[in-house]
Amino acid sequence: MGTDADGAGALDASIARRLLVTMWRIRAFEERLEPLKRSSMVHGLTHLSIGQEGVAAGVCTQLADDETVYSNHRADGHALAKGVDMGRLLAELMGRSGGCCRGLGGSMHVVDVSHGFLGATGVVGGNLPFAVGSAFAGRLLGRGGVVVVFFGDGAAQAGIFAETLNLASLWEVPVVFVCENNGFAEFTPRSAHTRVERVSDLAAPFHVAAATLDGNDVAEVYRVFQGVLGEARAGRGPFLLECLTERLSGHYVGDPGGYRAALEDEAWRARDPIQRLVRQAAARGWFDEEASHAAEAAAREEVEAAVAFASASPFPDPALPAELTYAG
Amino acid sequence: MTETTYSATIAATLAEAMRADGRVVVFGEDVALGGPYLTTKGLAEEFGTERVVNTPISEAAICGVAIGAAQSGLRPVVEIMFIDFIDLAMDQLVNGAAKAHFMSGGQLAVPMVLRTQGGAGQRAAAQHSQSLESWLTHVPGLKVVMPSSAREVAALLPTALADPNPVVVVESKTLYFRRETLPDGGVVPEPLGRARVLRQGGDVTIVATSRMVHEALEAAAELEGAGIQAEVIDPRTLVPLDLPTIAASVARTGRLVVAHEAVRQGGFGAEIVAQVQEACFWDLDAPIARVGAPFTPVPLSPVLEDAYLPGAAEILDGVRSVLR
Repeated sequence: MGTDADGAGALDASIARRLLVTMWRIRAFEERLEPLKRSSMVHGLTHLSIGQEGVAAGVCTQLADDETVYSNHRADGHALAKGVDMGRLLAELMGRSGGCCRGLGGSMHVVDVSHGFLGATGVVGGNLPFAVGSAFAGRLLGRGGVVVVFFGDGAAQAGIFAETLNLASLWEVPVVFVCENNGFAEFTPRSAHTRVERVSDLAAPFHVAAATLDGNDVAEVYRVFQGVLGEARAGRGPFLLECLTERLSGHYVGDPGGYRAALEDEAWRARDPIQRLVRQAAARGWFDEEASHAAEAAAREEVEAAVAFASASPFPDPALPAELTYAG
Repeated sequence: MTETTYSATIAATLAEAMRADGRVVVFGEDVALGGPYLTTKGLAEEFGTERVVNTPISEAAICGVAIGAAQSGLRPVVEIMFIDFIDLAMDQLVNGAAKAHFMSGGQLAVPMVLRTQGGAGQRAAAQHSQSLESWLTHVPGLKVVMPSSAREVAALLPTALADPNPVVVVESKTLYFRRETLPDGGVVPEPLGRARVLRQGGDVTIVATSRMVHEALEAAAELEGAGIQAEVIDPRTLVPLDLPTIAASVARTGRLVVAHEAVRQGGFGAEIVAQVQEACFWDLDAPIARVGAPFTPVPLSPVLEDAYLPGAAEILDGVRSVLR
């Protein structure tokens, strides 16, 4: 993990502000999920990404609506950063008809086609090959288009990861595989599952260009992703970025992760992607801690509006499942 | 009349779809070489390897790539060389393809066809001979088609290719090179979910799938000699299932034999039996008979495989049991 001194090179004041706002929106949203989950307003397995916001923000804020993102089971942050409406996202997690998937999918299956968010998956690694297929389609149809797929380091031990990396490399598709390596697969440390320390090492035999970076430094994520995004937009690929990051909450809501205690921890304060960005910005005179407080307050206000929207949205019609089992 | 085979009709139908629609692509092992049963013969020559894509032996990824391609505007056709290997792609098919439309609240569609083939009788042993279609019929969101002849390939494969849902087409390896004549001018495509009555009769209904359709017709011819008129129905698609046609027949005959090559236990025949008794229990004059393979893996030894395979003789046994 690097320090904050020089990491902000690729940013300017307005980009930094956008990243700050995006990270606060994710954190405020997910912090609000905890009580909503505990009061049974939010349903299903809810996987939080508090502490990992820098990866979602550094990647998704650079993508256009027609550039595709696939995500994993820990998808809220990616969805928000990609432009999915917060009210509709929360309504989805609450199983309401106003949800982006009309209440049929929930947290692990969020999709918003209008923002190029083709979907989370509840099966670890399950949608890695979708990204390759999507990029293949874009190329064959002459439309081009970058596809990003997020996955956790746990997915790298699944066979589908190797199959997918092999095809992506063979077909040279413009896919960016973004690994959020938080060191844990479910509840077990990575070291208990594999002798391969770095996921990026797994890319080498397939001749996939890969880098390992500090995922808790949003400026570094932004800079490195900006580089591969330019390549991918030119039709080149694939790439793999391994973002070393730390999840501050447990695996899912209810898991005794005790992240709030950790938030106060001095060591964490040094690594928190939001606080690091604030320090970087202050050093460059872009904005100060006051601006961060303001962004946080605005994010919390947006979250409350989302709660109001979602709570007012009715539950879906009982006929909906039968209606949507088949298309056409 | 045009003489053709089941295999050649598959290749011709795929070629026609690819000519008509640039979004149709084919993925699979050795597909650019025509495949072991020649079902993709000539496609790579005509459409190039950009659209007829040879893949490594990565069933899960092939299926997943097709799902992603379908979600982004293509109409992929995936070939899984033997249905015995579909289990390797089952997560992709079941958790991915089948549920994407539903879970996205209708935003996504997965218009893909997965072609595969099953069946025993070629001494291919237990890992290359299974009939696993009932696994697929248990998954909401998938459609399952089992063409029993070149005619049915010509009628149903174009419809499957135009369907906005994932459709699994389960072919039969023993039918690939069966000779057949089709009408000049071709066969008109038909909707999925309609059974075909291949022979009418008032004494007993035989519902049979895939290869067993031909065994049922053979049995029916023999029964006719004994003065028994059997009605033979090919459901053609298992999902959706044309229950009304089957139930209407059973209401007339009062007797039903269901025949498939898959093992009886947990086979799709059980579903047909359940649906028929729900629809017309009081029309039945006898317990329904199920014909299928015994509950063992498929053996290699010719003597054992021949004994394993259900055919016309077993259907005749079934008919006798319902006529008792």
